[in-house]
Amino acid sequence: MNAVLINLLYIAASILFIFGIKWLGSADTARRGNRLSSVGMLLAVVATLLYLGLDWPMVAAGILLGGAIGAVAATRVQMTGMPEMVALFNGFGGLASLLVGAAEYAKLRVGGVDHYLELLQAQSGVTVPGWFVLVAIGLTALIGGITFTGSLVAWGKLSGKFPGKPSLFSGQQFVNLVAMVAAVTGIVLMVAGGETAWAVYAGVALVVLALLLGVLITVPIGGGDMPVVIALLNSLSGIAAAMAGFIILNNVLVVAGCLVGASGLILTGIMCKAMNRSIGNVLFSGFGATAQAGTGVTGEMKPSTVEDAYYVLEAAQSVVIVPGYGMAVAQAQHAVKELAGILEENGAEVRFAIHPVAGRMPGHMNVLLAEADVPYEMLQEMDQVNPIMPTVDVAIVIGANDVVNPAALDDPSSPIYGMPIIHAHEARTVYCLKRGQGAGFSGLENALFFGENTRMLYGDAKATVSALVAEFGK
Amino acid sequence: MELAPLLLLLFAFTLAIFLGFELISKVPSQLHTPLMSGSNAISGITIVGALLALNTMEGPAAKWLGFAAVVFASINVVGGYMVTDRMLAMFKKKDKGGPRP
Repeated sequence: MNAVLINLLYIAASILFIFGIKWLGSADTARRGNRLSSVGMLLAVVATLLYLGLDWPMVAAGILLGGAIGAVAATRVQMTGMPEMVALFNGFGGLASLLVGAAEYAKLRVGGVDHYLELLQAQSGVTVPGWFVLVAIGLTALIGGITFTGSLVAWGKLSGKFPGKPSLFSGQQFVNLVAMVAAVTGIVLMVAGGETAWAVYAGVALVVLALLLGVLITVPIGGGDMPVVIALLNSLSGIAAAMAGFIILNNVLVVAGCLVGASGLILTGIMCKAMNRSIGNVLFSGFGATAQAGTGVTGEMKPSTVEDAYYVLEAAQSVVIVPGYGMAVAQAQHAVKELAGILEENGAEVRFAIHPVAGRMPGHMNVLLAEADVPYEMLQEMDQVNPIMPTVDVAIVIGANDVVNPAALDDPSSPIYGMPIIHAHEARTVYCLKRGQGAGFSGLENALFFGENTRMLYGDAKATVSALVAEFGK
Repeated sequence: MELAPLLLLLFAFTLAIFLGFELISKVPSQLHTPLMSGSNAISGITIVGALLALNTMEGPAAKWLGFAAVVFASINVVGGYMVTDRMLAMFKKKDKGGPRP
């Protein structure tokens, strides 16, 4: 009876997750969707607590400790710190799945495989062969481990603790391949080893290799490709949970984990498409590690002053602002919002053009601008804004680089050729806010900066925008 | 060997993947971050496995591993949902028009 009730509650929880994710996909229902899925989670946890024989003090201590840490971190984090926070939470999810796999393996080793299968039968009502449990444990450890260290590296790169530049060494892909083959061999040995002592060593080696693989795969990926990597790691954390569900034969883990895995893969696909690259290219090419010669870029960058920009902006009827990672680094979103407000009061039509991979995580610019209270209707996607670009008086590019590089349109020799971009260069005048004269993340020279109608405003984006606001106040 | 229960799990696995793809094939870019962090919180469902790992008489090793899993999964779940809610609260304000003239 108890088991029936628990499973019915799991089904209810799965339904809540399904609607939760569905509602998360649409602006009007997103908040409700998130809350609905949190109710589903609560239901799943409560149902699990109905199992007899749980160690209550440890359950309570674990949930309270973890919950408190999560709550404090979630409340304290600045919106600008959101990418790394999401990466860190994601890593903890992967680690939790890895630990579940390890705990189940420890149980299996202490009492023997047959005894473990009996326990499993008592808990889930299902009998399975021993090899299946061992394979599931191996896959959970592998995917959970990769998710954990991969997310940690992403966290380090996003928060600036590790260098964001891709680091490649020769033969890296070969090393990755060897490590992957070795990890899979580890799983095979662990399964074949059964209750022998060396099966444990194989298991330990597997965990070490999984942790190593997470680092090896993410380290060569540059900052600008981070949106893809975060989305992919998100997907992996779900798949790790689903694999853990296969160990303990638990439907809600399998279903919820798969939903996350699928949604993460979709997001990964969207990000790849926005860069016109394949996932393999993102993961293995070390894009930007090799210095690219600036091909076909002629002319020189024309520096300008805030005063000049003020006169042009003062007369502008329509303005498009193109934010990029530089705006996030300078934390210029509030100043930018102020400038947008002043321009509107001045009679100009102001739009924000958001490229899908601008910033370091999917939707990064949207979060920052929402924090600064920029009305949602002012934010436009690439496809909406590109057709009207030739009629725009001024485009202000704030710390964006590759997503406005016209070489993607007309230079087949460029590594980013074919990537959809925001056509900022078609505006009558372009002001580019940029910290210095160097090339962007990809190491590419940007033809936009050398354009006939482009003026450069060097310096910290926040200071520059604030100075512009001050000019309007005079 | 009984493979029927395994096939049922595999069935659920496959259906859930297709369902996931169907559910969110089109997401406005504004919602990319909340979708990611919200689904990340759902991946904390592994907390169920962690709690069950505590259901054991099989010695301290399994128990402490399970305890650590509960802690990290709880961080993931609670933190993930709260951060997502905070983000979505910011988006929501815009629906009322915001302080635009």
